[in-house]
Amino acid sequence: MSEKPLSAPSETKTSLLNNPTFRSVTFQVVMVLAVVAFFVYIANNTLNNMAQRGISTGFGFLDQKAGFGILMSLIEYDADHTYGRTFFVGLLNTLLVSFLGIVVATILGFIIGVARLSANWLIARIAAAYIEIFRNIPLLLQILFWYFAVLSALPSPRQSLSIFGVGYLNVRGLYLPAPVPEPGMLAVGVGFVLGLVAAVFVTRWAHKRQERTGQQFPVFYTGVGLIIGLPLLVFAATGFPLGWDMPVLKGFNFRGGLPVIPELVALVLALSIYTAAFIAEIVRAGILAVSHGQTEAARALGLRPNLTLRLVVIPQAMRVIIPPLTSQYLNLAKNSSLATAVGYPDLVAVWSGTTLNQTGQAVEIILMTMAVYLTISLLISAFMNWYNNRKALVER
Amino acid sequence: MTNQQTAETSTVPIIEIENMHKWFGQFHVLRDINLKVNKGERFVICGPSGSGKSTLIRCINRLEDHQQGRIAVDGTELTDDLKNIETIRREVGMVFQHFNLFPHLTILDNLVLAPLWVRKMPKSEAEEIAMRYLERVKIPEQAAKYPGQLSGGQQQRVAIARALCMNPKIMLFDEPTSALDPEMIKEVLDVMIELAEEGMTMLCVTHEMGFAKTVANEVIFMDEGQIVEKAEPDTFFNKPKSDRTRQFLSQILTH
Repeated sequence: MSEKPLSAPSETKTSLLNNPTFRSVTFQVVMVLAVVAFFVYIANNTLNNMAQRGISTGFGFLDQKAGFGILMSLIEYDADHTYGRTFFVGLLNTLLVSFLGIVVATILGFIIGVARLSANWLIARIAAAYIEIFRNIPLLLQILFWYFAVLSALPSPRQSLSIFGVGYLNVRGLYLPAPVPEPGMLAVGVGFVLGLVAAVFVTRWAHKRQERTGQQFPVFYTGVGLIIGLPLLVFAATGFPLGWDMPVLKGFNFRGGLPVIPELVALVLALSIYTAAFIAEIVRAGILAVSHGQTEAARALGLRPNLTLRLVVIPQAMRVIIPPLTSQYLNLAKNSSLATAVGYPDLVAVWSGTTLNQTGQAVEIILMTMAVYLTISLLISAFMNWYNNRKALVER
Repeated sequence: MTNQQTAETSTVPIIEIENMHKWFGQFHVLRDINLKVNKGERFVICGPSGSGKSTLIRCINRLEDHQQGRIAVDGTELTDDLKNIETIRREVGMVFQHFNLFPHLTILDNLVLAPLWVRKMPKSEAEEIAMRYLERVKIPEQAAKYPGQLSGGQQQRVAIARALCMNPKIMLFDEPTSALDPEMIKEVLDVMIELAEEGMTMLCVTHEMGFAKTVANEVIFMDEGQIVEKAEPDTFFNKPKSDRTRQFLSQILTH
């Protein structure tokens, strides 16, 4: 090697090829150029091919009349609306299923996960059996099971199962009474908002008072009382300004009310029951990851078991639970595209299915659909990462 | 410490254990334990691993339950009654081998957690007390940090301060220096010696024989779940009665 002193390394001549900065910059530039060239080639090739076959490109078709009906829509829609509107119908249906699925799966998953750790032998075994059954059967099969084996076996509208005489369940779906607000309802809404604001203030006040005097306050029950009680009070004072549109059997089916199509019921059931099995295992792992020494230290300080769980175990378990929980939410949102199997009109069924078949605009439609799922997933991911950073531990 | 200014020991028993037995399943861990600790006394418990010394002090705040005999702490008998257990745990502080600080809370929050939720103290008062104890263990500047940012010795001193914040009448130490690097043992022992000088009732499982000689009123040697020897440090180290004690001492003192 060289005999030059180590203190003056800048004077040593190294070949440009062996200079680490030069090497890394060069390789990155070459890599970026290669990737860009690849995509330019693909895009160019596609456009050429489509031009040769006379396929029009662009998003002009969005303004054309769709001409087909959709089984269920959250916004006003019929066959006279445009393709652009079918996109939003499908998108909203996908968001609805994903949202309902995530909420139900989270609640169910946490309950089963805690039950799995129960000291009660029977409860723990039932939870374990649930997990092993539902996470080991393919999701598509479960969707088909709920749709064809369970919901299709329901009676015809005339023999509907009555739910306390207000809702009806039959082979055509679930029929619930729809609330119809009357003028005074606005005041009830205001009461609800006021109750919510009051609850926030009481929580802050109770927190401050505990810091000041050490006295604890039943924040939870007061909050529930304010949020539910205040609107109820206004509701009664204004003379119950809420009508119910009851589903009524007319001819071969129910009319009126709030119909929930069986496709939606089957899909939400299957998605949430399946995902809850995974969430339960994540919750169990999270609680077990908190060392027993933490519980012992809290108990030795005189904290009661429920306070130990709330102040010491759960906050530490959450940081183990959140990252894999995010993955499960993403899975659920993407798995909702299996809706096609039972004909629920989600984005894939309505947009990448019917619309694609009618227009033939494969590239635009598939790209838009992929962009939607990517956006939903990235939004869920961003939210969960933000939440995770708030809960993360500081070390060193 | 406000109510225990003197180092004198009284003759009021604050811990009474009579004919106590404990089993882990089939395994008989503690056999016929009889022990009386007076207020202000310092006991050091030693013995080979598996001799039941940790289990014994964990029985005193009922992290472990006993199956036979009687344990009374500060006049309250330890039974399955949850209320009794909580009353006792409020009066008995415990320091663990692995510190067991709460990693998701700052040092200050670790210290005020129990005073806030168990003693229902105002936060300002709890924080004031916490800062006083952090100064006593000589790390007030670390109050805003998290446990993971502290050295082992600092963490153990925080753990001692956390227990003291509940103003306990008795302190239990379960091998407080065994998980520490050698150069950090002294800083923890110094805090414990200071505590002993102020008259705290202490039960300490440790192999630090220097500490035993300095502060202990009594040294207890346990083997196979039994108390083999109980004597003042002078007698214990110089004229132990049982062969088993002599053998144990020769093993731990010859290096």
